[in-house]
Amino acid sequence: MSSRVEILNDGGYRSDGRRQFELREVTINLAQQGHADGSAIITHGLTQVLVSVFGPREAKMRSQTIHDRANINVDVNVAAFSAGERRKRSRGDKRILEIASTLKSTFEPVVQTTLYPRSQIDVYVTVLQQDGGLLQTCINGTTLALINAGIPMLDFVCAVTGGVHSTSPLLDLTTLEENDVPHVTVAIMPKTGKVALVTMETRLHVDRFEEIFRLAGEAGKVLHREMKSAVMGRTSALVDAMGSQGTGIDRDGDEPMNTA
Amino acid sequence: MDQITIKKRPRSEAVITQRKFFKKTARGKVIKVLRERYLRDDVSCGIRGCIACHSSLEHSLPASGAPHPSFPNGHFVLPDTNIFLSQMDLMEATLFTPPIILLQTVMEEVRHRSLALYNRLKALTKTDDKKIWVFYNEYRSETAVIREENETPNDRNDRGIRKTTEWYNSHLQVTRPPIRGQAPPKIPAVVLLTEDVANRQKAESAGITAFSMKRYVESLPEANQLLDLLAVTDSNGIEPTRASGVRQPLYPEYLLTATLAAGVKAGKLHQGYFNANQYNYLEGSVPVPAFNKPVLLIGRENMNRAVSGDIVVVEVFNEKEWKAPADEVVDQDTTLKNDNAEESGDEGEESDGEMAAREKRLVKFEESARSAERQPTGRVVGIIKRNWRAYVCHIDSTSLTSLNATSLAQQTVFATPVSRLLPRIRLRTRQAPMLIGQKILVTIDRWDINSRYPEGHFVRSLGKVESKEAEQESLMLEFDVRYRPFGKAILDCLPPEGEQWVVPLKDDVNPEWKNREDLRQLLICSIDPPGCQDIDDALHARPLPNGNIEAGVHIADVSHFVHADTPIDNEAADRGTTVYLVDRRIDMLPSLLGTNLCSLRPFVERLAFSAIWELTPEAEIVNVRFTKSVIASKAAFTYEEAQIRKDDPNQQDDLSHSIRLLNTLAKKLKEKRMKAGALNLASPEVKIYLDSSESSDPIDVEQKELRETNSLVEEFMLLANISVAEKIQETFPQTAVLRRHLPPPKANFEKLQDILMKRRGIKLDVSSSRALADSLDTCVDPQEPSFNTLVRIMATRCMLSAEYFCSGSVARDTFGHYGLASAIYTHFTSPIRRYADVLAHRQLAAAIGNSPLHPSLHSKSHVEHVMDVINRRHRMAQMAGRASVEFYVGLALKGKNEREAKGGGVKEEAFVIRTFRNGLSVFVSKLGIEGLVMFKKEIKFDAENYTITVPAPSGEVTIAVFDKVSVNIQVEKDKNTQRGKVKMSLMSPIDSSDL
Repeated sequence: MSSRVEILNDGGYRSDGRRQFELREVTINLAQQGHADGSAIITHGLTQVLVSVFGPREAKMRSQTIHDRANINVDVNVAAFSAGERRKRSRGDKRILEIASTLKSTFEPVVQTTLYPRSQIDVYVTVLQQDGGLLQTCINGTTLALINAGIPMLDFVCAVTGGVHSTSPLLDLTTLEENDVPHVTVAIMPKTGKVALVTMETRLHVDRFEEIFRLAGEAGKVLHREMKSAVMGRTSALVDAMGSQGTGIDRDGDEPMNTA
Repeated sequence: MDQITIKKRPRSEAVITQRKFFKKTARGKVIKVLRERYLRDDVSCGIRGCIACHSSLEHSLPASGAPHPSFPNGHFVLPDTNIFLSQMDLMEATLFTPPIILLQTVMEEVRHRSLALYNRLKALTKTDDKKIWVFYNEYRSETAVIREENETPNDRNDRGIRKTTEWYNSHLQVTRPPIRGQAPPKIPAVVLLTEDVANRQKAESAGITAFSMKRYVESLPEANQLLDLLAVTDSNGIEPTRASGVRQPLYPEYLLTATLAAGVKAGKLHQGYFNANQYNYLEGSVPVPAFNKPVLLIGRENMNRAVSGDIVVVEVFNEKEWKAPADEVVDQDTTLKNDNAEESGDEGEESDGEMAAREKRLVKFEESARSAERQPTGRVVGIIKRNWRAYVCHIDSTSLTSLNATSLAQQTVFATPVSRLLPRIRLRTRQAPMLIGQKILVTIDRWDINSRYPEGHFVRSLGKVESKEAEQESLMLEFDVRYRPFGKAILDCLPPEGEQWVVPLKDDVNPEWKNREDLRQLLICSIDPPGCQDIDDALHARPLPNGNIEAGVHIADVSHFVHADTPIDNEAADRGTTVYLVDRRIDMLPSLLGTNLCSLRPFVERLAFSAIWELTPEAEIVNVRFTKSVIASKAAFTYEEAQIRKDDPNQQDDLSHSIRLLNTLAKKLKEKRMKAGALNLASPEVKIYLDSSESSDPIDVEQKELRETNSLVEEFMLLANISVAEKIQETFPQTAVLRRHLPPPKANFEKLQDILMKRRGIKLDVSSSRALADSLDTCVDPQEPSFNTLVRIMATRCMLSAEYFCSGSVARDTFGHYGLASAIYTHFTSPIRRYADVLAHRQLAAAIGNSPLHPSLHSKSHVEHVMDVINRRHRMAQMAGRASVEFYVGLALKGKNEREAKGGGVKEEAFVIRTFRNGLSVFVSKLGIEGLVMFKKEIKFDAENYTITVPAPSGEVTIAVFDKVSVNIQVEKDKNTQRGKVKMSLMSPIDSSDL
């Protein structure tokens, strides 16, 4: 290998100082963004995505209404400044369309769409910064935004990318690593342990696949804890804010929102 | 199993944990790159027993450091980058034992500066006898630094190194707090080693102990030996030479790297490997793609400090100034005999001028010269990459100022490399008198514009000249043969049963039998040279009921024992091939595998990889299949035994029939191959007879004999290789390991064609391999049977050498093997002694679905890298083998001389192969050696007709190329360099001893 950067050096460190099974810093911001019904800004290392969810609302186009469930509409937008090289992607870009369709098919079985017949849920994904693991960030962000919008789901969907350098597995790859090692993105539903998505665009040896698949699934569960605490934190902050108004909310009741 | 965690990287620290830089792409676009860095607190300091970092690993450094006169409490050394760049030999020396803290910053900087040194450094960290701890300082929160504004990367690194030293010292203090009631704990020091004066000053002002390498080593008990290993560095001038300020530059400065790159890109300058001329030290050449002929460099100034093997950039002169290569033999040792190594003061100046004038005279040309022979001429304007390594040398005894054996004064001496391609190296040593008469290893450190010779330093001594150990070791070093014994990690990969390993009983449980065919009942035998221990191929043949013949080649299944990406595999990949020397074999694989478990010995069951063909009686392939198998060889023949058995009509058993069957097929295969235009090439091969196994003194030399059975084995191996090549290329079109032999460029043959035409009136047709094969057959002289062999040898030298390659990296139409006239070829049949075969085995096993292919063999870049290594090793192994034969031929001649007590040398017949202005180059076919006959008196030289005319008492005698002469061969030692030299003089048609 003539590349200057070692993917995994002899001391077991990766090029950014992480070890094999360490995920990058995750920050989650669930604050209200504009008119969206629910939104989330999630950062995995230097990859940042803003997801806004609108709906469920009445379907705008007749042709897209489904009589027994809601239609999920995903729109992905990559900011021109998101990568090192400034590059404007058109809306018809195949990569972007692929991410959108992957997101749609991942969330359709998880969101309880049957509760909202003849309506649509719009998911707008804006990629603000890219440094590897774009799909995983989009999936995690969409999960959080949907939850934030109060849309009923069967479970969280948590995605992590796993790769293999020679024979050593790595988790949560940066762009540098993605360009070098074969990788798989795995999305799981942590409560049930079901797999929502497995996708791979590089050649990975069949003997290595199982290990990486399992590890990425495990990592999804770790990520789930982080996402859950963010959601809990946001909710309890909201509840506290309501409580401080002192309008006699039944703090022990099941539905504090409606008792006012 | 490690815990999966999420690393935290607080935003507030983004200044230090995030790095932004701009990168320019090949197209010239500027890209902004943002990288993050996770700082941690669990990067271990690596000192045993540290309470803060748990370094339980066995590689950790001793808690108390090492004793040193200046540091009573013990110490650790923390070298900076320039120590490794300039003092690698010292760091590698076994005498240099202090515990070393190696910083990640240093590793990366070394890697950035020189990949070769980086690899040495990496190897060093893995050796057991060195105490080295790699500290990842860039990842530890306390020691990470970021580049400040207006700070060069170099300064930033130096600052990081100093910061880490500081941290280590405080870390040691913090982790060893004084305990009440006990003596205060001894706190060892961490010493920063650096050659950079400025860095040292900054360190000292920050309260860090910083030493230069010299100062550090001087206070060690082994200072004397270690100081010799100290390389000369330019930064603070260990011993500034008196005259250095006033000396005239002898060489032009190199151009800037950017200028070179731009020049090469624009086609004004040319880049290539520098080849020194072995006959004339004042001449070299650089083959470049832009010209058919290599660019000629004449004279010291034009060669401009290039050393054989460097990648250089040359500027080509105007076509009017193009010259032809000189026809003279110029020997460095004789011409520069009186040059002064010390070159101190005014005396040196004078001798310099004299020297230059003498050399000028040598570099004179006939301006009228044959314009046809002129070739591009130029000068070196820059060096892209130095390929300096350690060279085997002798100390030139005349360059010593004091011969007193007990003198420990530092002297400047000349070291003369064994290889004629290299310049003399100036060397400073304190042990010069002790090194006289020894072979030593010397590294070049630098070559300044005002120094005639490169400067180097002594690495180690190999032993007495002409002692077999020293000669063998020097040979192996010279050709970069890996000859160290196999390490423990490698031997651990062998089956634990060792010698007792056997093929287990056949059942479904044993993994050995999985996907393996049982061929134990077949009548398989092996045919090899006498005394062969690593039998890697065996054969069988039997008639089939439909009139066709089944023939099988069974190759030792090495890949069963050597799995990809294990220590044993990595070592084999690095060694590349087994090297055969006259009295020794340097194995690629441990001998347990090579000579026992994988060797297809008779009467035992062995694992094999079989290629089985169905052939028609006309040797047309009906089909072929490959399978892993278990075989039991029924006999191991030598070529001679097999030949006798085949020819003996009384032998009517099945095995003899099968040999005959194989032989008839082989004959037909050969005929077909020859029709297709395969070349029958020749290279001088001789066999050395050793007196007895203990003394290994050679007693005689003779040419190798070839029998019909040699060709039998060869044909089937070729068939197997070709069939396998087709199969793996089909399955892995991108990464198949293949071998090819490119057709030689026509220009290579021009000189030989011209000589043959002018001297013998024979026309050599080189339009295709077929044409060449046919016209080589016509090159016969009825009186001289060996003339044909001679022409073949000379033709072989005009060709390119065969090489391994990765099928995805070259165009499909260049796969062919010119010499064998085959469209595709690989090496499959000797996995015990060639690494390419091991790879071919793995790919074939995957191709037939036997076992999955290791991921590394799917990667083109990895395969290409391995191919580069084994191509080089293969070439080196061939040269080492040849050099070893040469050495023994020399010994044999010497022995013969002494036994016959004539002292007059050995008289042999020889052919003239080249004529020079002042000598002849001759080839002694019986001994397989080449030699030079030099004339001191004026002789007439006719370059057009390749003749020289020598005055003789009975009139003039003309000698031409291809003439048969007889020469007297003597081995004599050069008095200065102790280099054994074969000296030849002409006996007939004229006695040249007094000429």
